Amino acid sequence: MSSAWSWFVILGTVLSLVGTLAFLLSNRSTSGQETTGHDYDGIQELDNPLPLWWVSMFIVSILFAGGYLIYYPGLGNFSGIGNWSSADQVAREQQAHEDRFAPLYARLAQLDEAELHADRQAQQVGRRLFINNCSTCHGVTGQGAFGFPNLTDDEWIWGKGFDKVKTALQNGRQAAMPGWAAALGDQGIDDVTQHVLQLAGSEHNPEAAARGASQYAMFCVACHGPEGSGNPILGAPNLANDIWLYGGSAEAIAFTLRHGRNGNMPSFARVLDPDQIHILAGYVTSLSLK
Amino acid sequence: MTEDTPYNLQVVRWFAVMTVVWGIVGMAVGVLLAGQLAWPALNFDLPWLSFGRIRPLHTNAVIFAFGGCALMASALYVVQRTCKTPLISSGLAQFVFWGWQTVIVLAAITLPLGLTTTKEYAELEWPIDILIALVWVAFGIVFFGTIAKRTVQHIYVANWFFGALIIGVAILHIFNSLALPVSLTKSYSIYSGSVDAMMQWWYGHNAVGFFLTAGFLGIMYYFVPKQAGRPVYSYRLSIVHFWALIAIYVWAGPHHLHYTSLPDWAQSVGMAMSLVLLAPSWGGMINGIMTLSGAWDKLRTDPILKFLIVSLSFYGMSTFEGPMMSIKTINALSHNTDWTIGHVHSGALGWVAMVSIGAMYHLIPLLFGRKAGDMYSVKLINLHFWMSTLGTVLYIASMWVNGLLQGLMWRATSIDGTLTYSFVESLEASYPGYYVRFIGGAIFLAGMLVMAYNVYRTIRGDSREEAPAPATPLVSSTAAATGGGA
Repeated sequence: MSSAWSWFVILGTVLSLVGTLAFLLSNRSTSGQETTGHDYDGIQELDNPLPLWWVSMFIVSILFAGGYLIYYPGLGNFSGIGNWSSADQVAREQQAHEDRFAPLYARLAQLDEAELHADRQAQQVGRRLFINNCSTCHGVTGQGAFGFPNLTDDEWIWGKGFDKVKTALQNGRQAAMPGWAAALGDQGIDDVTQHVLQLAGSEHNPEAAARGASQYAMFCVACHGPEGSGNPILGAPNLANDIWLYGGSAEAIAFTLRHGRNGNMPSFARVLDPDQIHILAGYVTSLSLK
Repeated sequence: MTEDTPYNLQVVRWFAVMTVVWGIVGMAVGVLLAGQLAWPALNFDLPWLSFGRIRPLHTNAVIFAFGGCALMASALYVVQRTCKTPLISSGLAQFVFWGWQTVIVLAAITLPLGLTTTKEYAELEWPIDILIALVWVAFGIVFFGTIAKRTVQHIYVANWFFGALIIGVAILHIFNSLALPVSLTKSYSIYSGSVDAMMQWWYGHNAVGFFLTAGFLGIMYYFVPKQAGRPVYSYRLSIVHFWALIAIYVWAGPHHLHYTSLPDWAQSVGMAMSLVLLAPSWGGMINGIMTLSGAWDKLRTDPILKFLIVSLSFYGMSTFEGPMMSIKTINALSHNTDWTIGHVHSGALGWVAMVSIGAMYHLIPLLFGRKAGDMYSVKLINLHFWMSTLGTVLYIASMWVNGLLQGLMWRATSIDGTLTYSFVESLEASYPGYYVRFIGGAIFLAGMLVMAYNVYRTIRGDSREEAPAPATPLVSSTAAATGGGA
């Protein structure tokens, strides 16, 4: 702040404290009369002196406030003789945190995937990282939820493996399936739905599924493949294994076809450091082994 | 003497009755909110009953409707009796009453509809804010006008506090509510970023300071000596703690913004001033409680006095707790936990509500042509007293437990620096406290219903067969019975 405002703050603060102290001290003596002689609707006022313990408490608190404002920043731009600032405190605490936990993470970061699975501490740390950061969407046990993949079933939409999971944590994943309502029309949506059910080996209407085959070949094959086996490079799910991210009923599939889906996993690169991502990836890949 | 002064009690009567009515409404909404936190289905999936919309309805209703009516009833009564002169304008006083009730009704309509400025305790949109300002200025004109034509030489201490309330709240309300309207129901604050936050808590904390503290100390300074039949303990103390309270309170707001982007200097000043605030706050408590010296025995028999004295005890307790919570290291634990909610309610239920209830029990018989202390049933006042005390204790104790539990769970870290508990785990652990809080609040609300029944029978002119209440021995309080004609 400008020095004029700084002096304004200093003056206001000091005057309030000193003024209060002076006012307190100047009111210690009383008239010696029992009452003030006033009478308000029958209420009289005794002229008792201020209780000594109360005056002492008051003075101590003002002196403490004065000392505090000399030691810590408080009087305008004066930074205080203690040279403290909240930014410094945060930096110190972050450094202390770093110093304390870095050795632990440094050891675990050296382990490869199999060692991470076997190491008891790596599993414990990974589980806590998972619960703190991942469980909101994927559930405490990693079992997933509607729209959030199950991490325990060894089906990997974006590809299997430790490095793939690390990449997902590092960069996030953005899936994009467009809506096909305009291209397919109502009849087309129904037909392709039946075709997808057929690919999945589910109960379906063979005639409608046959009708849908040509439209599937036109619109869906590019990502999901002719057999519906999906494409992990694009994050296009396998449609043939009866594992469904957004539900496998005819209604749910038709809804997906009509409106599209946009799964989004955020990047954790700003939340977790590389060592933590390494340990967490080890924990996540261990989930489907159990 | 006072017998001949034609006091204007019509508006006082209205405000006194509405104090009870709005008390029940505001606290019922509070109990519903407490219920929603224990059983979330109680919002019935209706947007108008969702927590975020009716929480401001609860705070506005209890502070400005219940508390406001209690303050206006008391201020307009006390100023007449201690200045020995009727109100300067009956018409303006009626405008204050109807204007204030309009504000309350508009709040009750707009807040559930989701119309809000989002500023805590100042959620009402700009057209209502303007109405509040007009009504408040009218209140000030009636009050100070009446003081100006007083027939006694000095101004009684209760009136200093009511005066501080009126001037303080006018300044706070107007400056905090400055906004640019974009439509009839939407406006944007003229402040931005941390300046907006600072203005908000300068307002927010001084709403506590000038509305919930200064105003109710005004009530205390009249009704405690009146009900106890004893002189005020120390005139000197009242001068010192009044001016100290005024001088220091305005600085304390930043303690709501510890560890935020508010500049360090403002946080330091907020904490230092909050600690200094302890003594001026306790000055009021000492003056109230010591007024009873020489008449302690009355506490055994007079439940109205119990209300007043226990309210002062809660006042002393919460004004000790407040400065303690403003210490940055303690605030780091308590902030955002239920401890804050407990602290607020030890002040709101224990102090503000109980001192208002005590004052209304003193006032209502006098306003409706009966003798001092002549409520329909003193036993029901006693019942109400114990319900209020029990409800308050259950409420604040459960929130202390919850607050400490949450604060400790949130900061607990494992050997690897990760958080030991997820947020949901701390929520789950809070449920017992939520149940107890709901029970405490429900008991307090039930006490208000007992009061409403008692007041209704009193106004109807009924009396119950029971041992008579001890009449206050002051000569002038019997005179009040004849002061009922406006």
